[in-house]
Amino acid sequence: MTADAIIADVEKGAPEIAVSMSGVNKWYGEFHVLRDINLTVHKGERLVICGPSGSGKSTLIRCINRLEEHQKGKIVVDGIELTDDLKRIDEVRREVGMCFQHFNLFPHLTILENCTLAPMWVRKMPKKEAEDLAMHFLEKVKIPHQAAKYPGQLSGGQQQRVAIARALCMRPRIMLFDEPTSALDPEMVKEVLDTMVALAEDGMTMLCVTHEMGFARQVANRVIFMDAGQIIEMNEPNAFFSNPQHERTRLFLSQILH
Amino acid sequence: MAKISAGSAPFDPFVAAQVLGPEAPPISERGTFAYLRGHLFGSVPQVLLTLFGAWLVYVTIPPMIQFFITDAVWSGTNREACLPDKVGRAVGACWPFIWAKFDQLVYGFYPAAERWRVNIVYALGAVLLLPLLIQSLPYKRLNAIAFFGVYPVVAFILLTGGDMEPKGFLLSWLGLGGLFSGFPAVGGLQLGFWADYILSAILVTALAAFVCRAVAGPEAMRPAIRSTLVTFAVLAAVLFAADIDLGLAPVETRLWGGLLVTLVIAVTGITVSLPFGILLALGRRSNLPLVKIASIAFIEFWRGVPLITVLFFATYMLPLFLPGRLTIDGLLRALVGVALFASAYMAEVVRGGLQAIPKGQYEGAMAVGLRSSLMMRLVVLPQALKLVIPGIVNNFIGLFKDTTLVLIVSIFDLLGAMRAAFTDPNWATPTTLFTGFGFAGIVYFVFCFGMSRYSMALERRLDRARRH
Repeated sequence: MTADAIIADVEKGAPEIAVSMSGVNKWYGEFHVLRDINLTVHKGERLVICGPSGSGKSTLIRCINRLEEHQKGKIVVDGIELTDDLKRIDEVRREVGMCFQHFNLFPHLTILENCTLAPMWVRKMPKKEAEDLAMHFLEKVKIPHQAAKYPGQLSGGQQQRVAIARALCMRPRIMLFDEPTSALDPEMVKEVLDTMVALAEDGMTMLCVTHEMGFARQVANRVIFMDAGQIIEMNEPNAFFSNPQHERTRLFLSQILH
Repeated sequence: MAKISAGSAPFDPFVAAQVLGPEAPPISERGTFAYLRGHLFGSVPQVLLTLFGAWLVYVTIPPMIQFFITDAVWSGTNREACLPDKVGRAVGACWPFIWAKFDQLVYGFYPAAERWRVNIVYALGAVLLLPLLIQSLPYKRLNAIAFFGVYPVVAFILLTGGDMEPKGFLLSWLGLGGLFSGFPAVGGLQLGFWADYILSAILVTALAAFVCRAVAGPEAMRPAIRSTLVTFAVLAAVLFAADIDLGLAPVETRLWGGLLVTLVIAVTGITVSLPFGILLALGRRSNLPLVKIASIAFIEFWRGVPLITVLFFATYMLPLFLPGRLTIDGLLRALVGVALFASAYMAEVVRGGLQAIPKGQYEGAMAVGLRSSLMMRLVVLPQALKLVIPGIVNNFIGLFKDTTLVLIVSIFDLLGAMRAAFTDPNWATPTTLFTGFGFAGIVYFVFCFGMSRYSMALERRLDRARRH
């Protein structure tokens, strides 16, 4: 899709659009980390973003919930344009869940408290209700029996599943995953991916930065390849893997798919 | 992939035949003998250190026991009881001196007839503080409100006698005191002051509402009005309690002394410095340049001057700068000085904790939608404060002992009262000095060691979260 068409879409405020980015640029100091990003994500779509380290893929999804600020261009999330307005940023963050490479669970709170914190303080949910909700999602990620433990007592895979449950407790419409399996022992990768697949099957809109190509083939509608701050190639998974167009993509895929 | 073909040594393929269960460690690793060998007599330097330690214990502990217990005199009515000539043996600690001066050490020159008030303050403090420190007891919130909110007011009224006859509030201060001068006092309440107070409250609330409306729009007005009124109402309750005449005889603070003063200064310093220090630490890391500069200036100023200078300045030089009719109580001045001084130190300790919190925690909190105030309160501060408990308690202990410096501005804390007691010729004996300082040392040690032990228990309890 061309930039103009995307901008037109954004301006219409098409209700089926979850995220739209048009002409987004970002710099870290002098370093141009995102270069003219144009991307539209429809509701229910599942995107996998891959690319070499330093290509800006994490920065891209972190701009969507304003963990990073973009300097040029326009980002609209669930109909809300991201600007300096703190109220809008809060609104967006309530609707967008995120999982990190290093989980970022709160180590001083139990698993249950990790999950109930935001619903109670941000959504003003009564404690009992928040706990029921948390248990519901902990069951969904298959660790309800660990609710009373602290994050430090769980394995990496379990912690990442808790992080997913914690994000889901805010009932987000969009989920962002920033390399959710790259800090895990090989044995634990599958349990996290299974959870993400289940989430995809429920129709969640997902943007995943990951190098799990099996996962990409299984659930993604689209795979995006980034290099040097730019979107180099975007295609549906089968075509992307079997017939990459760009030279850089082919090189990258040959490096990671032995 | 290319085959790596170095000449590998021949080996037999292996598959484990059974699962090995855990076993107890060998006997040589357990028990007294292993402990002694491992920890006290493992090597030549270790043996030397062990012997040196034993020698140190031998030269310090028995003489102390001899002085304070076995050779000590335990009863008597004057110096005669503690003079070696009269007793006919070597005399250690002269405890009757302490018994005779005990009231002076605990209350200073607080009038004897009113000392029950001090006792109530001591008892109430203990009754409210202990359950607050014991984690398993319920009603923590209520308890905290009682200890940090109600208790200081009650203690203030009991210790000073209340009925503080305030002259005027904001409007009088602005030079409009004439408006309220004709008002009488009813039941100790200065009606002129209260008229001033109510008018000031209305004016300040209106001003706050106006400013908020101008800055943040009309929807910010209602919360601004509410919070201003609540502040004034709480302050009014405190002032009302302090103003009403309960029939208690007033006791000036210069009569206070001994342990009472030590505890008043230490407890005030401790309870003020922690919250104030946290605010300063947050301020120093703030993105708002004004807040940041103000915090840095405050912290660096108070850390840059010695406490003695602060006390000296507050006591002897501040009155020279203040307008003539404005007098501030001497003890209060020292209290404010100590509290601000301690806050600056506390701020740096807390900042150390804040810096140790990884960026991921902030991001995790932001990503679930917590606003920055909630993020600080619920995620960052609990972890940061836990990390710096040793530093915080270190400051508390330092502060507790620094209270002795108020002696130089003629406030008689425990040590000051002790030194005053030394001058009594009735108890002039060779060991009076040692007994007195020994006793003071024991009292300080009990408080400081108590704080230290409590902090260790607290750390252990909070550490559960990190353990696997």
